[in-house]
Amino acid sequence: MTPPQRRRRAPGGDRPAEVPAPAPPGKEGEIRNPERLFVIGGEGGGERADIDLVTLIVARADPPVSATPEQAALLRLCAAPLSVAELSAYLSLPFSVVTVLITDLLAAELVQARASIVRQKVADRNLLEAVMHGLQKL
Amino acid sequence: MDFKNSDTIPGPRTEDRLPHTAEAAVKIVIVGGFGVGKTTMVGSVSEIRPLTTEETMTQAGIGVDDNYGSASKTATTVAMDFGRISITDQLVLYLFGTPGQERFWFLWNGLFEGALGAVVLVDTRRLEVSFDVMGRLEERGVPFVVAVNTFPDAPRYPVAELRTALDLPDEIPILDCDVRRRASSRDVLMTLMRFLHSLAVKGALT
Ligand SMILES: Nc1nc2c(ncn2[C@@H]2O[C@H](COP(=O)(O)OP(=O)(O)OP(=O)(O)O)[C@@H](O)[C@H]2O)c(=O)[nH]1
Ligand SMILES: [Mg+2]
Repeated sequence: MTPPQRRRRAPGGDRPAEVPAPAPPGKEGEIRNPERLFVIGGEGGGERADIDLVTLIVARADPPVSATPEQAALLRLCAAPLSVAELSAYLSLPFSVVTVLITDLLAAELVQARASIVRQKVADRNLLEAVMHGLQKL
Repeated sequence: MDFKNSDTIPGPRTEDRLPHTAEAAVKIVIVGGFGVGKTTMVGSVSEIRPLTTEETMTQAGIGVDDNYGSASKTATTVAMDFGRISITDQLVLYLFGTPGQERFWFLWNGLFEGALGAVVLVDTRRLEVSFDVMGRLEERGVPFVVAVNTFPDAPRYPVAELRTALDLPDEIPILDCDVRRRASSRDVLMTLMRFLHSLAVKGALT
């Protein structure tokens, strides 16, 4: 039996996000018209800090009395550092909503954000070696 | 969730808390078509019970005004599960099992752009379900390795034949794995890291 054949693609060949992707063979969540999808909390204005799924968030203070219940819950969760992804999971809130909450808490200086490391054109070899070393211990 | 009783929100178990020294995190994405074993792989190597982050999208009804809550808007929830591996007291690695359909990727701002690299899981019974995801990674310049999750009833192809079918250059590693086994999943991650390291060495020379 011979396997099906793929053709490799070139870097940068990506089309702008507005162009709808070709309709995929339907499976999960049938969504046509992909260009008209919106993220809740992601529409329109409102400043959003540059927050990544793995940005580590640490509380700088106890929740003030003025904190909303969501803010108070988030502040209690990140008494020790916690990624935005974990906050989203524990709070059962979408990533975009958590991002908005954190943006407000950053502005109020109630939390600190520890930046995630993103891929560079040329990856940092020391970083890669550290990860390999950590995986070896697993 | 009832935020009025935010004291009761179950947070991380004591053993799942990161040390205060944790200062930076990196991520790897595990992608592949429906049912290839992404969730199983995340779970087998994670030090915490795998968690799920969700994002909700609304789809605007055609030709309808944009009143919020209009009944013609349908909400779709897309879930992504993830796990964590502490590398040192300062550095944490996160693994995201990401839905194969690229139309969802924008939901998690920078998910692929910021990742160190990706693992593409394939199932040889349905090789073609992972074709699109590989093309997308190539277009975005995200380095990846291919891990063949060996299901018992799946056809076995020699690596050379798979490489030709997948149209992959010689330097991209292709390896077999059993995502249910921690050691096997760890080997896949290690192969990815070695590949990234070789790219870094090459990049530094050019
Ligand atoms: N025999 C065998 N079964 C496996 C293996 N890996 C996963 N499975 C099973 O295959 C099914 C799908 O695995 P998942 O890990 O849920 O796959 P997934 O890619 O996360 O699936 P979706 O999120 O639904 O796209 C589960 O029932 C697993 O128990 C494997 O290596 N061997
Ligand atoms: Mg899954």
